[in-house]
Amino acid sequence: MRGWFIPVVLLVAAIALPFVVPTYYVQFVSKAFIMGILAMALNLAVGHGGMVSLCHAAFFGLAGYVLALLSPGYDPASLLLTLPAAMLAAAAAALIIGALALRTRGVYFIMVTLAFGEMLFFLFHDTGIAGGSDGAYVNAKPEIAIAGHQLLDLASPMAFYFVVLFFLIATVAILTMLVQSPFGHALAAARDNERRARSLGFPIYRIRLIAFVVSGAIAGLAGYFAAAQFGFVAPQMLGWHLSATVLVMVLIGGLCSVTGPLIGALVLIVLEEVLKASTDYWKLIEGLIIIVIVLALPGGVRQLWPMIFGERSEERPVRQAAPSIVEGRNG
Amino acid sequence: MADAVSRVALRASGLHKRFGGLKAVSDVSIDVHVGEIHAVIGPNGAGKSTLINLLSGELFANDGAITLEATDITRLPPDRRARHGLGRAYQKTTIFPKFTVHENVRLAAQARSPAPLRMFGSVRSDAAVRDLAAQAIARVGLAAQTQIVASDLSHGEQRQLEIAMVLATDPRIILLDEPLAGMGQVEARGIIGLISSLKAGRAVLLVEHDMDAVFELADRLTVMHDGCVIASGSPQEVRMHPAVRSAYLGDHGDAA
Repeated sequence: MRGWFIPVVLLVAAIALPFVVPTYYVQFVSKAFIMGILAMALNLAVGHGGMVSLCHAAFFGLAGYVLALLSPGYDPASLLLTLPAAMLAAAAAALIIGALALRTRGVYFIMVTLAFGEMLFFLFHDTGIAGGSDGAYVNAKPEIAIAGHQLLDLASPMAFYFVVLFFLIATVAILTMLVQSPFGHALAAARDNERRARSLGFPIYRIRLIAFVVSGAIAGLAGYFAAAQFGFVAPQMLGWHLSATVLVMVLIGGLCSVTGPLIGALVLIVLEEVLKASTDYWKLIEGLIIIVIVLALPGGVRQLWPMIFGERSEERPVRQAAPSIVEGRNG
Repeated sequence: MADAVSRVALRASGLHKRFGGLKAVSDVSIDVHVGEIHAVIGPNGAGKSTLINLLSGELFANDGAITLEATDITRLPPDRRARHGLGRAYQKTTIFPKFTVHENVRLAAQARSPAPLRMFGSVRSDAAVRDLAAQAIARVGLAAQTQIVASDLSHGEQRQLEIAMVLATDPRIILLDEPLAGMGQVEARGIIGLISSLKAGRAVLLVEHDMDAVFELADRLTVMHDGCVIASGSPQEVRMHPAVRSAYLGDHGDAA
């Protein structure tokens, strides 16, 4: 009973929100949701799969560039065509990068993903593709149209918000299903004890690669909507700085649940917004607050949940899923 | 041994493994028969662990061949060998410490189910996997502990869990690496009984230091020394073998 209560209240609040707050905040929350999708995508690799990736911004940015490149001049692109194309491009990049990077472990994996991410960054930064270091505009927001009849125009902040909310819920649903499925358990087993999982008969490399590709594709979903919202793509979208920021969101939210990183993203983005408005030294203060959060709540802010609402045995945060990741190269 | 050929489940022939200049295993051949426990003994550094890693696929041999029933598995990685029916329990207990007993064993059963990587539906919904896990847990005597987190079990119970996980994968060949290590007398008795029951319908390869247990359990013995097989045969034959007495059992004169 209580398990359903809180999500339903949050959902009702999310649906009611655009009707009660000014447009600026509708767009602000849309942006936060998009980053939440990206953080949840990254956590499939990091928290559930034990793969600390520093190239998820590259999947995010690549999908944004696909939208920019496929947008026809000043007319809106078709969402039903360009979104799958963008996610496929991100998935393909994840497949290639993952196939090579997953041959390494621990710190080496982090380094290899970082290197690949930077390669994609410089691909868009140093060549003439889509404006080089200047970036490129997405002049019109994509639309959902069937037979020339426009069903939904994302130029309306309200419509955009609800489309993003829909994909946010879809992401939570898909990731929850995946984590609870036999596949998800095999992925967690490979994270906790790779050698044992393999000796039981699980094809570790394939399991991790599938998870990495799914994670990359969902990061692409987020990147697509980010590009649509800002109306602009630039190489910084693919850079390691964003990858690291999203990793911070994941750590703030906690590695051990699907929705933790979403909360982490919301916390970080709201924190930035509040601090920016109140002090010039906001980056400094933000850093201090992040350190305090990480020290006080090693399981992420999601750890506050059972403290506030009482414990539900199944979601008890397991302290740190990660240590086995950086152990080095075994096997 | 000609009459026994048809019953050989796992056969290694002419295995070599070098680590740099060190010959960890040289020219080792071993047959493991269905319905038998084949023990490998030898002093520390004799190459027993390397041999078991070669058989399970965690190491690849520099030379030699391994066949599992009719399949050549010499170049197969560990997960493929497992799906061919090879189960392994580890020397250092390597359960999934954060999972409960039931989750550990269910995961093992899942590995052998027809769709081990199904991406939809909860793991809890698969009744066949759940039953297989429950049977394996009951078999090793952990039925009362199913909901306990594995890291909270005693050392002996973790060993039982380890064996339950191997059983849940329904293997035809089981490799046991020092299952009695670090175990008290009483706990060891239980595990010894469990091990002797494993050979029904299966082939078991056992590496163990406890000589009393080895001679109690083994139908066949192979003695290794400095990476080589120095004797192989029935426990009685091995016990009388002069090279064995000087190389190994000499230290344990009373036990032998």
